[in-house]
Amino acid sequence: MTAYTGARRRRSVTRVLRDVLTKGAVYLAILPLAAFIIMPFAWMLGSSFKPIGSGIKFPPQFIPNPVVFTNYPYVFKTITFFKYLLNSLTIVAGVLVGEVLSASVVGFAFARLRFPGRNTLFMLLLATMMIPYPVTMVPTFIVFRLIRWVDTYLPLIVPAFAAPPFAVFLMRQFFMTINRELDDAAKVDGCNEILTLFRILMPLSMPALTTIAIFSFTANWNDFLGPLIYLSSADKYTLALGINYLRSFRGGGDLAPQMAASVMFVTPCVILFFVAQKYFVQGIVTTGLKG
Amino acid sequence: MTTTSGTLPTRIPARRRLGLSRREAIVGYTLLSPWLIGFLVFTLGPMIASLYFSFCDYKVIKPPRLIGLANYQRMLADDLFYKSLTVTAKYTFASVPLGIVVALFVAVLLNQRIWGVRVFRTIFYLPSVVSGVAVSLVFAWIFNYRFGIINFVLGLLGIRGPDWLGRPAWALWAFVLMSLWGVGGNMVILLAGLQGVPVSLHEAAQIDGASAWKRFWSITVPMISPAILFITIMSVIGSFQVFTQAYIMTGGGPANATLFYLLYLYRNAFNWFEMGYASALAWVLFVIILACTLITMRGSQGLVHYEGA
Repeated sequence: MTAYTGARRRRSVTRVLRDVLTKGAVYLAILPLAAFIIMPFAWMLGSSFKPIGSGIKFPPQFIPNPVVFTNYPYVFKTITFFKYLLNSLTIVAGVLVGEVLSASVVGFAFARLRFPGRNTLFMLLLATMMIPYPVTMVPTFIVFRLIRWVDTYLPLIVPAFAAPPFAVFLMRQFFMTINRELDDAAKVDGCNEILTLFRILMPLSMPALTTIAIFSFTANWNDFLGPLIYLSSADKYTLALGINYLRSFRGGGDLAPQMAASVMFVTPCVILFFVAQKYFVQGIVTTGLKG
Repeated sequence: MTTTSGTLPTRIPARRRLGLSRREAIVGYTLLSPWLIGFLVFTLGPMIASLYFSFCDYKVIKPPRLIGLANYQRMLADDLFYKSLTVTAKYTFASVPLGIVVALFVAVLLNQRIWGVRVFRTIFYLPSVVSGVAVSLVFAWIFNYRFGIINFVLGLLGIRGPDWLGRPAWALWAFVLMSLWGVGGNMVILLAGLQGVPVSLHEAAQIDGASAWKRFWSITVPMISPAILFITIMSVIGSFQVFTQAYIMTGGGPANATLFYLLYLYRNAFNWFEMGYASALAWVLFVIILACTLITMRGSQGLVHYEGA
């Protein structure tokens, strides 16, 4: 009996020891990697409080000394920051409305209605996810130029109303999980398809809609190539273009103000991420879409 | 479950039922129309148009003029085309496998029961939401030869760091390193895969005396192979579309060492207004991506394990 418990204790001691060693190894591997991920954020934030000219300082310091707050006002003075912010928000809001509406309607059709060719069309929709933006970029630009939409926000907003495939996929998958009896009950109560969608299904689909909204926000907030192609007058620039534009100013080209502008640029996305992390992860896992 | 909804359809006469399903089809196509129209106007139409333009001399100010295969012939003799293709291919071959290995490594680490695991997951995923201009600006500084942190840290280790963005031999490696910063997106997908591997399989193998290493290769990797295939394909597609980093950090330099394919395409289309040539470049890109995807899918047959249903 004692021999047995002794052996068991010995075994549990080795197990605990092994457990501690494994965990130690995990931390040893993960901490430097995590530091590598954090470092640019820390550098960006710290450098935004350094005096102008600190870009050429050695050794580089993480903690600014002295701490200066002049870089932020400097950014506001050099570029029309708030104008760019408003422009970005206009585009982001337009795209958001477009994506949510069109993806719900199209997702509903794929999830709930029967019509010839539905599965083929759905496969086609999934296949279009694989078509890279550069392939359609040139002719789409030519069309928008032809109808004089270049240097307006329309080429950046209107395509969102055409139900982007990832959003449709997400909505369809979500609608499939909602019990059909709710639809039937609504039908008995005299709701047509549109009413069923907007009154019954969409309020129940807040998680999926939130996921779409979040991805749409970050994608369009960060988008650089789209605005670069379509927006030519400086007063129409988005914040992403505006921050790059900052580099072309004398002094604005200094690194410290650039970091201040970058901090202000990434903050909304970072906050959104912390508030809605759950939805980000959900979205990625369902659609495989990366930010 | 209600009897009403179960029995109602059977009472409807055949003609009326046909009318109902036709009505449903009409409603279906109507609701589908935003996507159908969008597909024609923003995907299929432009693809056909760009195929046509690729056989044209088209410089925007004058209408397109058919010139047959001249754009493609020009491509064959275009050093910058080869350069951009090589740069992109090198970047793909370096960043995709490395990215997947690191993502898998991190996912396995973060699948352990350790304290603070949620915080780590958050940290690793964070870069995915801030990609773009700001990241390029901060990395341009981090990679600076004399004042950047990377070389400072290397200096502490006694290594003299290279002029990352200033030397053709190193610039592309800076981009590969930077791509590793964004492994979080792939990591999350793999982590979801790892969490779906039944514990019972591991337990059974453990009883049979399989080591942790053996279990990883014989159970974990086959079980998450669909996720690995998926992120491989998406990463390859993504690596052919690198643009913002190159545009901001190096402008394609030094000596075109970071002239990514999309950057070259962009310049042809929007700096030099060579729309015809740019369309040809776009189609070549499309064919390459399609080929890569098909080859990856073919090559993975027999390697990827799909659990029944």
